[in-house]
Amino acid sequence: MQNKDSIKNTIFIGIGLCLVCAAIISVIAVGLKEQQKKNAILDQQKKIVAAADLEPFYGSVNNAFNSIEEKIIDIEAGLITSQLTDNYELSKELRDPSRFVLLSPAEDIATIKKRENYSKVFLEYREGQLNTVILPVRGYGLWGILYGYLAISNDLNTIVGLEFYEHKETPGLGAEVDNPNWKALWRGKKIYDENGKILIKVVKGKVDNKADMSSYEVDGLSGATLTSNGVSNLLAYWLGNDGFKNFLDNLKKEKASG
Amino acid sequence: MAKSSDVLFSPIFKENPIALQVLGICSALAVTSKLYPTLIMCVALTATVTLSNFFISLIRNITPSNIRIIVQMTIISSLVIIVDQLLKAYDYETSKTLSVFVGLIITNCIVMGRAEAFAMQNGPYMSLLDGFGNGLGYSVILIIVGSIRELIGSGQLLGKQILPLASDGGWYVSNNFFLLPPSSFLIIGLFIWFLRSWKTDQIEAPDFKMSKNSPKEIKVDHA
Repeated sequence: MQNKDSIKNTIFIGIGLCLVCAAIISVIAVGLKEQQKKNAILDQQKKIVAAADLEPFYGSVNNAFNSIEEKIIDIEAGLITSQLTDNYELSKELRDPSRFVLLSPAEDIATIKKRENYSKVFLEYREGQLNTVILPVRGYGLWGILYGYLAISNDLNTIVGLEFYEHKETPGLGAEVDNPNWKALWRGKKIYDENGKILIKVVKGKVDNKADMSSYEVDGLSGATLTSNGVSNLLAYWLGNDGFKNFLDNLKKEKASG
Repeated sequence: MAKSSDVLFSPIFKENPIALQVLGICSALAVTSKLYPTLIMCVALTATVTLSNFFISLIRNITPSNIRIIVQMTIISSLVIIVDQLLKAYDYETSKTLSVFVGLIITNCIVMGRAEAFAMQNGPYMSLLDGFGNGLGYSVILIIVGSIRELIGSGQLLGKQILPLASDGGWYVSNNFFLLPPSSFLIIGLFIWFLRSWKTDQIEAPDFKMSKNSPKEIKVDHA
């Protein structure tokens, strides 16, 4: 072809190539979507099990996930509801204006803009006794919202683990929220003081283990102050009065009354 | 016309894209702290460079020269997106570990370099072989770096404990430096050194010669 450099040919090749490539990618992306969704759900289950550290007890992720109970709770009332137990999806809840509350900037410490009215939590019972509560949490880090699960042990004040299943933080810095060594630091940390005030937070630098507050503090991620703050904020929000505090209080009462 | 076996095998040691041309270092540093993700990365890059070379060569005669780089990039990035989608569907864990680095294959100099240097001048079959050979050359280095880093850094190979760690009651104290990206520089450097002592024709001519030391005469005043 001697006129391959002509304007006509340039435009033709440019547009043609883009169309062909776009078509191929679309077909593949749509074709693989189901499989990817399955993976994402599986990964989420894995994180739930990992946050509560259930794998050693139940033997496998699958066993562990099948033996915990999914409950839909009304966040405001802090009570389990029988509503919409099937097909609960957070993204769907956040699309329907009657099913979430818009947060004012003062309330919105985790920068999530809207909070669903109903949330799906996970309860693990051993021999009829509540052993672990797993709560979905999310909040803004540096680049986007971090989505994760917080597992709390049966005294409803001690953290078992915190796992994020989706985030956009910087690899090597903020993405160290996935680092097993850092995640291990959460184990055994306390959330509230005697008066129910939230003290748990990520501090800057290392926690002084001799200090009084050390049981409420977790080492900051070096080079990722905003991500660390984001994690502190999302915990403060979800463990506070607008979050799961009512639910945790109700569980506590239930436990006290036997 | 070059022999096809030469085109296929010379990039492995003779003209290795990482060791001789020093291309594609970024991902060689980033993804090699464990061997398994390294292997997946090698497969991903080899597939991309092979297919991109093939397709670019296929349309090289109708590609207008003033938009050829864009055409190459479009093909390369489409392939990378496909690889990324496949990984997300069939190996989700690894795709999370590799995160952005699969996407960054688009900017890997090896892919672009082979497209521009080889596929634009040669037929589809030869380009396919050249792409595959270069993918293998890249893989050889990455697998060596990945094995060394995982073995020294965590005493494991493919997640299996080879050297019992001192923290678990064994004797081996792992060297955390090898879990950090800069350790790859060391390993790649040593590999290049080894390769150039073996194949001495790879040593580049020095850019300049040091002149002989000629000290200035100093006058000593004995006043």
